[in-house]
Amino acid sequence: MPQFPGLLKGLGVTARTAARTLFPKRGMRTLIPAPQQGSVTVQYPHEKEAPPDRARGVIALHEENCTACMLCSRSCPDWCIYIEGHKVKAPPRRAGGAVRSVNVVDRFDIDYALCMYCGICVEVCPFDALFWSPEYEYSEPHIADLLHDRIRLSEWMETVPAFEDYEPGSEQKVRQVPDFGPDDFAPARKLEADGARELASESDGARELASGAGS
Amino acid sequence: MTGLLGLAYWAETAIKLGVALVVIPTAALMLGYLFLLKMMAFMQSRLGPTDVGPYGSLQLIADAVKFLQKEDIHPAAADRRVFRAAPVVVLASSFLLFVVLPTGPDAVVENLDTGIFYAMAVSSLSVLGVLMAGWASANKYALLGGLRAAGQLIAYELPLILAVMGVVIQADSLNLQEIVRAQAEGEIFGFGLIGNPFILTQFIGFLIFMISAQAELTQTPFDMPVAETELVGGFHVEYTGFRFLLFFMAEVATAFAFSALATVMFLGGWWIPGFDFDAPILNVLGPVVMLAKILVVAFIIFWIRFTYPRLREDQLQKFAWKVLIPLSLANIVVTGIFKVVL
Amino acid sequence: MSPPPTASSLRSQQAYVAAQAADARVNVELDTGDMTLNIGPQHPATHGTLRIACQLDGEQVISAEPLMGYMHRGYEKLCEVRTFPQCTTLINRIDWLGSFANEVPFILAAEQLMGVEAPPRAQWIRTILFELSRIANVSLFLGDMGVQVGALTPVFFAFRDRERVLNQIEAVTGGRFHPNFDRIGGLKDDLPRGWIDETHAVMAKMRGFCDEMEDLLMGNEIFQARCRSVGVIPGEVALDFGLSGANLRASGVDWDLRRDANPGLAWDQVDWRVWTHPDGDSFARYWVRLQETREATKIVDQLLDGIPAGPIMAKVPRIIKVPAGEAYVSTENPLGEMGYYVVSKGGLEPFRVKIRTPSFSNISVVPWVMRGTYVPDIITILGSLYFILGDIDR
Repeated sequence: MPQFPGLLKGLGVTARTAARTLFPKRGMRTLIPAPQQGSVTVQYPHEKEAPPDRARGVIALHEENCTACMLCSRSCPDWCIYIEGHKVKAPPRRAGGAVRSVNVVDRFDIDYALCMYCGICVEVCPFDALFWSPEYEYSEPHIADLLHDRIRLSEWMETVPAFEDYEPGSEQKVRQVPDFGPDDFAPARKLEADGARELASESDGARELASGAGS
Repeated sequence: MTGLLGLAYWAETAIKLGVALVVIPTAALMLGYLFLLKMMAFMQSRLGPTDVGPYGSLQLIADAVKFLQKEDIHPAAADRRVFRAAPVVVLASSFLLFVVLPTGPDAVVENLDTGIFYAMAVSSLSVLGVLMAGWASANKYALLGGLRAAGQLIAYELPLILAVMGVVIQADSLNLQEIVRAQAEGEIFGFGLIGNPFILTQFIGFLIFMISAQAELTQTPFDMPVAETELVGGFHVEYTGFRFLLFFMAEVATAFAFSALATVMFLGGWWIPGFDFDAPILNVLGPVVMLAKILVVAFIIFWIRFTYPRLREDQLQKFAWKVLIPLSLANIVVTGIFKVVL
Repeated sequence: MSPPPTASSLRSQQAYVAAQAADARVNVELDTGDMTLNIGPQHPATHGTLRIACQLDGEQVISAEPLMGYMHRGYEKLCEVRTFPQCTTLINRIDWLGSFANEVPFILAAEQLMGVEAPPRAQWIRTILFELSRIANVSLFLGDMGVQVGALTPVFFAFRDRERVLNQIEAVTGGRFHPNFDRIGGLKDDLPRGWIDETHAVMAKMRGFCDEMEDLLMGNEIFQARCRSVGVIPGEVALDFGLSGANLRASGVDWDLRRDANPGLAWDQVDWRVWTHPDGDSFARYWVRLQETREATKIVDQLLDGIPAGPIMAKVPRIIKVPAGEAYVSTENPLGEMGYYVVSKGGLEPFRVKIRTPSFSNISVVPWVMRGTYVPDIITILGSLYFILGDIDR
C-alpha cells in the first residue's frame, strides 16, 4: 500500500522543476518569471540551435581543389555522389615549363535525399575538396530539389567553420579550411574560358567514366 | 427559492442558460490552458504553447478549430447510434454537474435541496457514456477501457459518497448552499473569524474525496480506462474530430466541477470571511473567490496527474476496498459521534 | 556461453506460472471466450513495430508470442556488398540509441583479422564514447519506463538530460545519433579542446538526473507496486533464453563482458563495479539500469582524467583489405551482449557478417514470462526488458 514519503518526493521533484523553469533568475529578481530562460527547449523558428563545429550538417564542395578523381563517389555507401569531369590544357606554371593538363569538374551532385551523412566522402578526399558544414536548414518541398549541384555545394563553403584545436595530448595536426569565397572559385574553369584548348578525346572518356559510375 | 433579481421565469432561465454556456467552456479552456498545457510544460522544463495568442493562451481554441475540421469517422463495425451518443452523454454529465454549484448567495443555477446527492448522481452518468463508447467502438482496446471504467466506478464511487457523508452529517444538509452556510457560520473552538472550513474537521474526508475524484476523473494514478501506453487511449481510441473534442472538454470540465465541489464542501465555498452571508456584493466577489480556490484544488489534481505513474486495476480495487472504504466508514462514525456528543 | 537447460529451471518455470494462474482461478468458473489481442505492430508500448499476439482471458494473458520482422532492413546482407569502412555506417543504425557502441565490436573484429591494434589513446576515447552512448541509451529507458507505467514527466526529464550527452557525442563525432567515428586501427579524429571539462560537467548533471529519477519514479510507491514481482525471470531461465546485459544482471547473474571478456578497451584501467539484483522482476531491471547509468558516469569521469597522450590511429593501409579468416568479437552494449561474427575472404568486403543483437535474445523470453500476467503487466514487462526495434530486426 502506498506510503506517503515516496509519493511526496515525486511531487517535490515536479514542483521543483516547475519552479526552476518558471523562475530561473537568482538573487533579487527571483520572483520575475522568465520561462524562456528556464526551459531547455529552443523556440526553433524564432531562435536557432547552434550545432557544434564538427556537426555533420551539409557537405560543402571546394571546387578549386576537386580533380574529379571519383574517390568520394566510389566510397559512398549509398552511391549518392554524381561526378563528371573533363581535362583541359593549362599554361605551364613557370615560363618554359611543360603544358599541364588540369581536371575540370563539370558536374558534382550530391543527392541529400539518399545521403546517410556518414562523412566517408569527406574523409577519403585526398585533395581537401570536401568539408562538413554544421548548416542544417535546407529542407525542400520537392524531393528532387535535395539534389545539390556543384554551385549549391560551393555556396556551402562559406558556412564551413574553422577546424577546432585539439585537447592536450593529441598528436593530430589541426587542418585549415581554404579561404576562398564562392565567387572566385574554379580557376580551372577560368582557364577554359580564356580559350585553353580542350582535349576532346580525354573529356569524352571522363564523361563516360563518370556517367558509368554515377548510374 | 428566491428569484434572481425578481425577473420573470423565462428571463431568469435565459440568463442562467447563457451564463452556463459561457462559463463551462471557459472553465474547461482555462483549466486546460493553465494546467494541461502550461503547468505540465513547466514541470517538464518546457515552455508549452507560445505562439497562438499572448503566451499561447489561444492554443486550445486553435486546437478546437483543428478538431472541427477533421473528418468524422465511424469504425465499420461500430454501433453507430450508441457511438454517436456516447460523447454527448459524457459531456451532458459534466454540464449537469454545474447546475448545482453555488458561487454566491444568489449566483447559482438551481439551488436544489438535495444538491450534493444530485451532483453525485449525475457525475456517475459519465461512466455510462464511457461504457457506451467502449462497447460501441467495436474495438478490443476500447472495450477493455470501457470495462475498466465500469470496474473502477464500483471501486471509487462508494468512498466518494462516504466521504461526502461526513460533510453532510456535519452540515445537517444535502443542500450545497446550506453546506457553505454551515462552514461560514461555524466556529472552531469558539474562534469563528474564518468560519469553519470543513477541511479542518473533515481532513480525512477531504483526502478520500480527492483520491476518489482523481479516479472519477480518470486522472493518473487512476487513468486505467484511458491508459495511453496500454490501451492506446482506451474507450476513446476510435474517436476523432469533434467527438473526441467532446470527450476532452468533458474531461477538463468535470475536473473543474469536481474542484468546485471540493471547494464548496471543504474549503468554505464562495464565502469571504468578514462578510455577511447574504451580502449582495458576494454575488460578484463570491465567484472570484470561488475561482481562486478551484484553481488551487485543480492544481493539486493536475500536479498529481503529471507526477505519478498509474496503478493497476486490481490494485485500485484493493486500495479502494481495503483502505478507502474502511477509512471513510470510520470517518463517518467518528463524525457521527462528535455530532451527537457536541 | 549459456549452460544447458536444467531441470530446476523447468521447475521454477512451472511454479511461476502456477502462481500467476492462481489469481485467476475464479475466471475459470465464469468461463468467457478467449480474446486475441494484437499489441502492435503499431502500439505506443512497442516503441517501434514489434507485434505481440496475445491470447487473453479477460485481462489475463494465456499466451503471448512476439512476432518480429516488421522493420527488417537486411543489414547482414547489406554488409556483404559494402567495404569494411562503409559497414560502420550501416551498423550505426542497428541500435539507434547507442550507435557508437554498435561500431566497436565490428571494428574490433576487423582489427583482430587484420592483426592491428589501436593505440592506447584511441582505446580510451573509444571507451569513453562507448560509455557515453550507454548513458544516452539507458537514460532514455529510465524515463521511458515511467511512460510505460503511466507517468508523463520522467520521459521529458530523460530527453532533456540525454540531450546533453548527445551534444557531447556530437561535439566529438559530428553525429548525434550516427557517429560513424570508429575506424579500423583507431578513430577518425581526436577530441576537440575543452571537451573534457564539458563532459565532466555533463556527467555531474547525469548523476543529478539519476537522483531525480530515484525520487520521481523509482522511489514512488505506485511505481513499485506496478513493477515489483511483475515479470520475474529467475537467473537460470534468463541464461536459458540467452538474456544478456542488465536483464541478466537483474536476475542475479553476475555477468558483464566489460569485466569478463574485455576485448582491449580501457575498462580494466578504471575502478568500477558490476551491479546485480537478486529479484529478477521489472523493478530489479529498472534498479540495475539506474545503478549502471550512475556507474557509467563514474567510469567516464575516471577515463577522462587519464587519457594517455599519443596518436589515435595505428598504421593501416589507405585501402583496407582484410585478410581471410573469421573472428567473433562481442562487447557489453547498452542492451546486452552484441557480437559480430565476421568472415573475410581477403577482399574489400566482408564475406559474411552475423550480428548477434541483445534485444533479439532478450525478447525471446516474452512468451515464457508473460504467461498468466495481466494486460498492464505486458507493458511493464516489455518496458523493463528494454528492447530497441532496430536491434531486434536489424
